[in-house]
Amino acid sequence: MHDNQTTKFIDIVHVEQTFKTKKGPFCALRDINLTVAKGEFVALIGHSGCGKSTLLNLIAGLTVPTQGHLLCDNREIAGPGPDRAVVFQNHSLLPWLTCFENVYLGVERVFGAANKSTGAPSENKAQLMARTDAALALVGLTPAAQKRPGEISGGMKQRVGIARALAMEPKVLLMDEPFGALDALTRAKLQDELLEIVARTHSTVVMVTHDVDEAVLLSDKIVMMTNGPSATIGEVLSVKLDRPRNRVQLAEDRQYVLYRKAVIDFLYTRQSHVEKAA
Amino acid sequence: MVSAIFHSPLDTIGPQAVATNAHQNTMKSIAANAMPTRATASKDVNKQPYDWRSLWLAVLPPVLGFGLLVGIWALVSISTASSIPSPADTFKQAVVIFSDPFYRNGPNDQGLGWNILASLQRVAVGFGLAAAVGIPVGFAVGRFKFLSRMFNPLISLLRPVSPLAWLPIGLLVFKGADPAAIWTIFICSIWPMIINTAVGVQRVPQDYMNVARVLNLSEWKIVTKILFPSVLPYMLTGVRLAVGTAWLVIVAAEMLTGGVGIGFWVWDEWNNLNVKNIIIAIFVIGIVGLILEYALIKIATAFTFEEVKS
Repeated sequence: MHDNQTTKFIDIVHVEQTFKTKKGPFCALRDINLTVAKGEFVALIGHSGCGKSTLLNLIAGLTVPTQGHLLCDNREIAGPGPDRAVVFQNHSLLPWLTCFENVYLGVERVFGAANKSTGAPSENKAQLMARTDAALALVGLTPAAQKRPGEISGGMKQRVGIARALAMEPKVLLMDEPFGALDALTRAKLQDELLEIVARTHSTVVMVTHDVDEAVLLSDKIVMMTNGPSATIGEVLSVKLDRPRNRVQLAEDRQYVLYRKAVIDFLYTRQSHVEKAA
Repeated sequence: MVSAIFHSPLDTIGPQAVATNAHQNTMKSIAANAMPTRATASKDVNKQPYDWRSLWLAVLPPVLGFGLLVGIWALVSISTASSIPSPADTFKQAVVIFSDPFYRNGPNDQGLGWNILASLQRVAVGFGLAAAVGIPVGFAVGRFKFLSRMFNPLISLLRPVSPLAWLPIGLLVFKGADPAAIWTIFICSIWPMIINTAVGVQRVPQDYMNVARVLNLSEWKIVTKILFPSVLPYMLTGVRLAVGTAWLVIVAAEMLTGGVGIGFWVWDEWNNLNVKNIIIAIFVIGIVGLILEYALIKIATAFTFEEVKS
């Protein structure tokens, strides 16, 4: 039982997702079976429109599958909740709140009331504020805590988004192309920071990406998806590179190059994307 | 010639020098006495000369605009043999009126100040009632599709009706001039507030609602931290449009209802054939409307934040 809990922390069984559209039902995902172990970093990769984000939304509980079921920590995922924090692609910070207040909003909800399932008592305001400060410090944003999202750069906004998610101490961190909108240099810097944070917090992470290097650098497991409609998991690649990982050293690493080639081969040879005429 | 020699070393300095150049080019057109000015300008190059040019560009066009208005007014005044009073006469009269705006010689002869205050009070009451009803209705219409489908045809039908058409209904129901005028303001202010609030609620980005769901925020937190702040700019636009219309309508409504008020005052002065006062009233109505609009724009910008683009 204990073993089951660690290797099948997230368990996705025969999930199918069909959307109702004006042109009739649209099958986005079919026959998805996937397990994520506790502390594992999983990347979902595939061409756009392959249902990566749909799958992430299913794990987040933002949408409900048409068939099959999803378990997290042996419990059915029935809706969204702070135990599965999401870092959104476009950061989704509330522009009228400061960075501190944005993070505090989640912290207050999770720790401000007594937790029935873990039995943790409710925390007072000073404790909640300390948690918020700690989360902002984790992503290196203490100086910008009192600024509004409109006053900081895109990379900083995304870091606040990560801080907001991490501050809730989620069981799983779900990231939907978190660095997709950033320039290459900022992206690399945030990837390195994420590697460090994940190593420190032992988080379980599921990340949607379309960046091959990002997937190989960060993950323990790369889930490659076939093209939609009716997308499914094409191949799962275990990335057995030692941690801590260093992007400069890895650039010449034989293993790294092979992993990278395997993903590229899948994406561009076997699943080469054909732009459909809309 | 002198200026050409003068410019050459400056041209290489950069944007500041270019600005100074432009500055001096305008100076060139001021013929003979330009020489000493240029000399002082050259001394000031290093310590950021005061930007007279942009000050000119900011002040001159509006002044010219008003000049044009007064000029046409004066021409009309001359050509109508002063049945339209001249700007100078009107100004003299304005000085008299504004020297004592708060006098009271009976109910039909009060100072301009009292009349403006009476109008503003009516607008405030009618408008406040409209906000109290319109904003919650707007929230409800925006939040629930059923209500939106239910009310949209009604709003579309009633909105284009001139508020003055409602005045007789008001007189009939409320049996008084004052409540009827307030009723008219209420009717004309409520539509922009309902419509804009509803649109604001419908346009709350789905991302924010997803954040609320993931954080599992309480209904109260959703309303105070997400719905209200994102609807506020739309709501304030509605308020601004409503105040603008209300101020337009109050003048007309008061002309019909009588009593005290700027609209009544205009009508009263027309009956006295005191055209100078009518012209003064036009300016006063314009200025008060401008102040209301400006104040609301300031409030709206203070509460508008950068939107997340999806």
